[in-house]
Amino acid sequence: MNQPNSRPTSELMLRETASQTAGPYVHIGLALAAAGNPTRDEEIWNEMARPEAEGEHIEVVGTVIDGNGDLVRDAFIEAWQANSNGEYQPEFDLEKPFNSFGRTATTFDHGSEWSLTTVKPGPVAHASGQSQAPHINLAIFARGINIQLQTRLYFDDEAEANASCPVLSRIESPTRRQTLIARREEVDGKVRYRLDIRLQGEGETVFFDF
Amino acid sequence: MQYDSKRFVERDRNWHPPAYAPGYKTSVARSPQQALVSMQKPTVSELSGPDFRQLRMGPHDNDLLLNFRQDQNQGLPQGERIIMFGRVVDQFGKPVPHTLVEMWQANAGGRYRHRNDSYLAPLDPSFGGVGRTLTDEQGWYRFRTIKPGPYPWPNDPNSWRPSHIHVSVMGPSISTRLITQMYFEGDPLIPLCPIVHTLKDPEAVETMIGRLDMARSKPMDCLAYRFDLVVRGELQTYFENQ
Repeated sequence: MNQPNSRPTSELMLRETASQTAGPYVHIGLALAAAGNPTRDEEIWNEMARPEAEGEHIEVVGTVIDGNGDLVRDAFIEAWQANSNGEYQPEFDLEKPFNSFGRTATTFDHGSEWSLTTVKPGPVAHASGQSQAPHINLAIFARGINIQLQTRLYFDDEAEANASCPVLSRIESPTRRQTLIARREEVDGKVRYRLDIRLQGEGETVFFDF
Repeated sequence: MQYDSKRFVERDRNWHPPAYAPGYKTSVARSPQQALVSMQKPTVSELSGPDFRQLRMGPHDNDLLLNFRQDQNQGLPQGERIIMFGRVVDQFGKPVPHTLVEMWQANAGGRYRHRNDSYLAPLDPSFGGVGRTLTDEQGWYRFRTIKPGPYPWPNDPNSWRPSHIHVSVMGPSISTRLITQMYFEGDPLIPLCPIVHTLKDPEAVETMIGRLDMARSKPMDCLAYRFDLVVRGELQTYFENQ
């Protein structure tokens, strides 16, 4: 294997291409609507579930906050979650009522919230036999973030499942586990979960390496 | 369960830039201080990922010379016409077919089509600066665009970004997800850039440099730059974990 810009780490293996920040203008490339730029016929965006999708319909919202306590207004977030039966649906297709993959962003608007329109995921199988509590994987990209930060969002009305989740319990500090738990709200009869992502300092969100 | 034995080569966190890289000032308040929580056994949630073969793309989604034109009579974008192409492979050299590659960039003057970019250089009415495509069966991808210009930014008193194109690749799983920047071979601004310097290993910088490829350039039309992307390799496991 001899490629112009790849580097072998051994005779058998290449080095991964190095990461760089997505920068301040990530929205023009990956979140065209958030940038206020013209969109294409099909965009990968934040409506993961259409009204006819099976399951409990929810909105998931939050902010991203930096080490000074200020809103991060130029973040870009990717979400990956199971459907209401706890199954992933890898084939992304906007014709389908539900997609496991979604994208969202914080903005320069007033509240600077990201949001996802989705269904609450079901519990997900785990090799141990003990299922994982319902969760959404999130990856955060932004200016000043050199490689994406990977976290999980859990639900506060799943206390029992959360307590026995083999991944959540991998986090040694019970206090820090709380940084992943979204709070349920009901707004105009609609169910909404809120999770603020804190990049640094007090209440810093747990980020995973996998 | 099919994911029990699946595994990717561990991501080398010393090869990638650290979260806290004070030479790049914005990273200071945006870097976690706590250690990452390692998953020794990633689950189906980490090992699976989206497949975009059903995403319907427009005919010019990978052609930035044409994809922002409002009508046939509008002129082409200003700047050096280039082909940017390459192959997406994994760490074992295996091609990654049908994976989503996206890119975005400044115009020839170094200006982005973004409301917060107030650089003196003008917007180009014929240039949007965004593209996307899927790799083919052998992992190849290709864009046609113009070479972006360098631009100043407020980090040090006089910091300039080298010409670069932001590149995003999905790979087979959310574990292989990667966003990087392609720089242009020989650009004297590369060694001066605080964002390039977030990488500690000069060899890692080499993985981000697009190489002039005269063989793939088109005479009397455009130059070509090759940029291969290497994503984490999937390990083959032969034994049941008992």
